[in-house]
Amino acid sequence: MIHIQDLHKSYQMGSSSLHVLKGINLQINEGELVAIMGSSGSGKSTLLNILGMLDSGDSGSYTLDNTLIKNLDETKAAKYRNKFLGFVFQSFNLINYKSALENVALPLYYQGFSRKDRLKKALDYLEKVGLKKWATHLPNELSGGQKQRVAIARSLATEPKVLLADEPTGALDSKTSKEVMQLIQNINNEGKTILVVTHETDIANMCKRIVHLKDGVIVEDKKVNQVIL
Amino acid sequence: MFSRDRWNEIFETISKNRLRTFLSGFTVALGIFIFVILFGFGNGLKNSFQKFFLDDATNTFFLYPGKTSKPYRGFKSNRRIEFKNDDLTDIKENFPFFLEYITPRITRGALVKYKSESNNYTTRAVAPSHQFAEKTIIMEGRYINQRDIQLKKKYVVIGRLVKNDLFGSENPIGKYIDLSNNNYKVIGVFQDDGGDNEERLIYLPYTTRQQLEKSNDKIDRMIVAFKSELGHAGAMTFESKLYTFLKDKHNIAPDDENGIYIRNTADQLKQNQQFASILQLIVTFVGLGTLLAGIIGISNIMVYVVKERTKELGIRKALGATPKSVIGMILHESIFITTLTGFAGLILGVTVLNFFGDRLKDFFILDPYINTGTGIFATFLLILFGAIAGYIPAKRAAKIKPIVALRDE
Repeated sequence: MIHIQDLHKSYQMGSSSLHVLKGINLQINEGELVAIMGSSGSGKSTLLNILGMLDSGDSGSYTLDNTLIKNLDETKAAKYRNKFLGFVFQSFNLINYKSALENVALPLYYQGFSRKDRLKKALDYLEKVGLKKWATHLPNELSGGQKQRVAIARSLATEPKVLLADEPTGALDSKTSKEVMQLIQNINNEGKTILVVTHETDIANMCKRIVHLKDGVIVEDKKVNQVIL
Repeated sequence: MFSRDRWNEIFETISKNRLRTFLSGFTVALGIFIFVILFGFGNGLKNSFQKFFLDDATNTFFLYPGKTSKPYRGFKSNRRIEFKNDDLTDIKENFPFFLEYITPRITRGALVKYKSESNNYTTRAVAPSHQFAEKTIIMEGRYINQRDIQLKKKYVVIGRLVKNDLFGSENPIGKYIDLSNNNYKVIGVFQDDGGDNEERLIYLPYTTRQQLEKSNDKIDRMIVAFKSELGHAGAMTFESKLYTFLKDKHNIAPDDENGIYIRNTADQLKQNQQFASILQLIVTFVGLGTLLAGIIGISNIMVYVVKERTKELGIRKALGATPKSVIGMILHESIFITTLTGFAGLILGVTVLNFFGDRLKDFFILDPYINTGTGIFATFLLILFGAIAGYIPAKRAAKIKPIVALRDE
């Protein structure tokens, strides 16, 4: 599903350049649930940005679902993001003046679904995350865990190939964290490829594979016994 | 671009972000409203000015006799010049090409009595064409005509305020008034836009006045009107020819400026028009200033709106919105709001202007108005600048990587 070969990335900081990714090789197959771990400065955010087509590497190749991702302009990147990827963020990033249902329906708007179709589909996904009853509520009327579940429903609505979760439990307490991770496990069990960026070991252990980054290189890549919730 | 879905999205955004909508809408509506009011007031000021200063006919010369200051052709200096009836006929005969009409004017004060009422008024003994020179408007009855001149009728035409003073609500037409111990029949009542003084005048045939003054043929001064199609240059030619002609006739040295005075309203008209155009300039300046303030206001609001939406735009982009659709959405929304409220402000402003009418007459603002074209142009200008002011930050926001926008807590 995801194939990264010899990926390098450096940032210009004035006269000196900061080498962030120093040759990443990563192969992720369909249906995997991968945790990307690392302390801050390890390059995990940069890797996620490149995976999410929000940034591009300097050298090396990135193939997503047999499509070579290269030289994307903003419009093309937006199209690919919409087609291939679902995002889940630490801070949920729901649009605060739209109801849960409308938030879930928003990516479908950009795919050109009719209003009726997208609301119907959005409701299905809200049901899937157990929030059908809350469809008409605004984000500020929901708890943190509920918000993250709405965000997950939203990321699933376009039926993406890969789900990218950037610290999905970072803003949640341990109990809700588990609920959210359980949801992620369930979605994964239905066959969706999911990448979770985290710095918490217990969250990483709820995945099937852990990729450990340090100073821009992968220092460890192992399959783990998944803690099933 | 203008699908129903897009409109739905926009209506939803507008209705759920009331403060933002209100701020940008209010700015534009207020900008246009103030522009319309100020510009309208400026125009009202111009109206008043025109009424005060451009009241009388503008194609006339006033000729006054004076005293010579130089000896000439055997005449001593310091000789008093007098116009006589033959001056009228001579001018008529010699300048048919230039002349529109000519009228004498003999001004005298008089004690006027009617029944128990009496008052002092200024009388003017004139020819019928004087009506055009002063733009006298007849309210009742008629003005002096050529027959009255020939028959030296003891007829008077009285001003509106003379009628009010002496007759009150009584109909003065056909009544006799006592004017310096002679009875005159009132044949007409007039009004004049030139102000109260002009409406306290009494007009009578100049021949009647001359007969009264020992049957002389003297006339105080003359008002000569030139054909307005001559233009300013033609009028100047006429003026110098007329001046030369009269000096020669009255034996005044050609370089003696004091024998006869000539006041050219065309010159005065030019001055007044210059003043009016300065007034217009000020009005335009005030209007542009207001508009500029409005543009700055809407620009600030748009920058603020886009800034406030940076995160939302980042979310939309992460969900698959293209930069084009992000910019399009912001512009569509802002243009929709500013157009709606802009025209609301325009209509409100015009309504208020119409309401004022002549209520602000005391402040020299008369019938304030704004050209529809100017109003609509100003509205479009604000809409355009609102769009431009929204476009620049929107473009920048659309360029920001979603991840950066999203981290911008």
